[in-house]
Amino acid sequence: MGTTVNTVTGRSQTMVLNMGPQHPSTHGVLRIVLELDGETVIKAVPEIGYLHTGIEKSCESKTYSQAITLTDRLDYLAPLSNNLCYCLAVEKLLGLEVPKRAQYIRVLLTELTRIGSHLVWLGTHAIDLGAMSMFLYCFREREEILKILEFVSGQRMMTSYFRIGGLALEPPTGWLEQVQKFVDMMPARIQEYEDLLTGNRIWHARTKGVGVIDAETCIAMGVTGPTLRSTGVAYDVRRFFPYSSYEEFEFDVPTRTEADCYARYLLRVEEMGQSLRIIQQAMEKIPPEGPIRTEAPGIVPPQREKMKTEMEALIYHFKIFTEGFAPPPGEVYQAIESPRGELGFYVASDGSPKPMRVKVRAPSFINLQALPNLVEGRLIADVVTCIGTIDIVLGEVDR
Amino acid sequence: MDIEQNEVVRQLHARDPQALGEVREFRGEVTIVVPRERLRRTAEFLCGERALGYTLLSDLSSIDRFPVEPRFEVNYHLVSMSRKERLRLKVRLSGSDPVVETVTPVWPGANWPEREVFDLFGIRFEGHPDLRRIVLPADWEGHPLRKDYPVEGPR
Repeated sequence: MGTTVNTVTGRSQTMVLNMGPQHPSTHGVLRIVLELDGETVIKAVPEIGYLHTGIEKSCESKTYSQAITLTDRLDYLAPLSNNLCYCLAVEKLLGLEVPKRAQYIRVLLTELTRIGSHLVWLGTHAIDLGAMSMFLYCFREREEILKILEFVSGQRMMTSYFRIGGLALEPPTGWLEQVQKFVDMMPARIQEYEDLLTGNRIWHARTKGVGVIDAETCIAMGVTGPTLRSTGVAYDVRRFFPYSSYEEFEFDVPTRTEADCYARYLLRVEEMGQSLRIIQQAMEKIPPEGPIRTEAPGIVPPQREKMKTEMEALIYHFKIFTEGFAPPPGEVYQAIESPRGELGFYVASDGSPKPMRVKVRAPSFINLQALPNLVEGRLIADVVTCIGTIDIVLGEVDR
Repeated sequence: MDIEQNEVVRQLHARDPQALGEVREFRGEVTIVVPRERLRRTAEFLCGERALGYTLLSDLSSIDRFPVEPRFEVNYHLVSMSRKERLRLKVRLSGSDPVVETVTPVWPGANWPEREVFDLFGIRFEGHPDLRRIVLPADWEGHPLRKDYPVEGPR
């Protein structure tokens, strides 16, 4: 298996080491075949597919509405981002306009999800590098986010709260107070994380100058998200191709130029702060009353009240949930900025009530491709840091 | 769609009229159907031309329209960061000869997506540096995302 290489002390034999698929720092079931010269990585080949569940194939045998529940299970750390992207794609296919109130609520909840996802990233990345307490702090705050999601949608993680044409149900009274409490609490907590890590010498030693990649390589490899922004390219889908009224919000797209693991840590921490800014604005924008679903007979389920008084509403309700609805033939691609980068859904319709093709452009899948660029030539201990820093979710890599 | 309407389509037409098999616009998205043998040149032009700057291949995917022939379509979703525009290139492939030239020399990031399409659709990418299955085991038979492959798996 190994090959012979020239080292400073002469020729030596390399060793092939199998990292994963059962390895705590691979964040799931990722296998990397490492070729080592001593402790130096000469070649790294990621092998994926251990979590392949055929979600894209399953979507083809579901109606458009049923497929939403499958999207939760792709990137299970940011289920609402997936819901949003899929719903936007189908809405684009149908030519539906979603009421502003629903759009703002979507923005708010997706940004909450982003913070939750970054918290899991920060906690697990830190525990990979030996900072145990960070993990506990991050999960403490994430729990607050999950509580809000449960309060609003009834589910902690697999919410499926966004539906085609709007939201599943009216958010309960008092939910904004809970969000406000979280927004008020969070800046101090982010400061706590920074106190523990930003100036920490061990943290510096493990992350500074590790996993450096340049902007040209990133773009050539299709890498997006914080990894691309750490090279100085301010590519953020929310800015470049605004969706769900993001153009009405004020926020910065933080970038750095060091392009190492430390820069990506700083970026994600700053992004949490920016998300809080967006949430605060969304809370002010959300009107206290108004429709949460668009009016589209035969596509969007009618209001419960109408079903009790109008015959047509009852028929539509029955037909939507038994047969589904048929968008016009065509194809669309919709992208959003997920916590990991550009998440895209390509949905093609042949005019039947089931999608002909649903393709997920998973940011983790594309970003993972660049892992060899980060680790080759570095020490084996840095592999753990580099896997952590690109923030992969295997559910979305393998689909 | 009128060729003059879109700047990118116009430039592409001026350079190589035969590269434009068909141009369509649906829901604000422009799709250019490219003949198979012109794909590589078109890709190089779109990526390399500074004024266009389609340097980011955001997604590469395929669709099976079985039993319609040509049954396969390969879609290339491109992003131009400088123009803040998206573009979809499309290549149609017949079921009897599902082969297309790789775009990995133009966008190295096409490596895994092309492997995925090969794995799940059985479309071969000529000149690909490492064309083997990616999400399914190496000894898997068949290509699950083809329409004639049952959802519940082979019997």
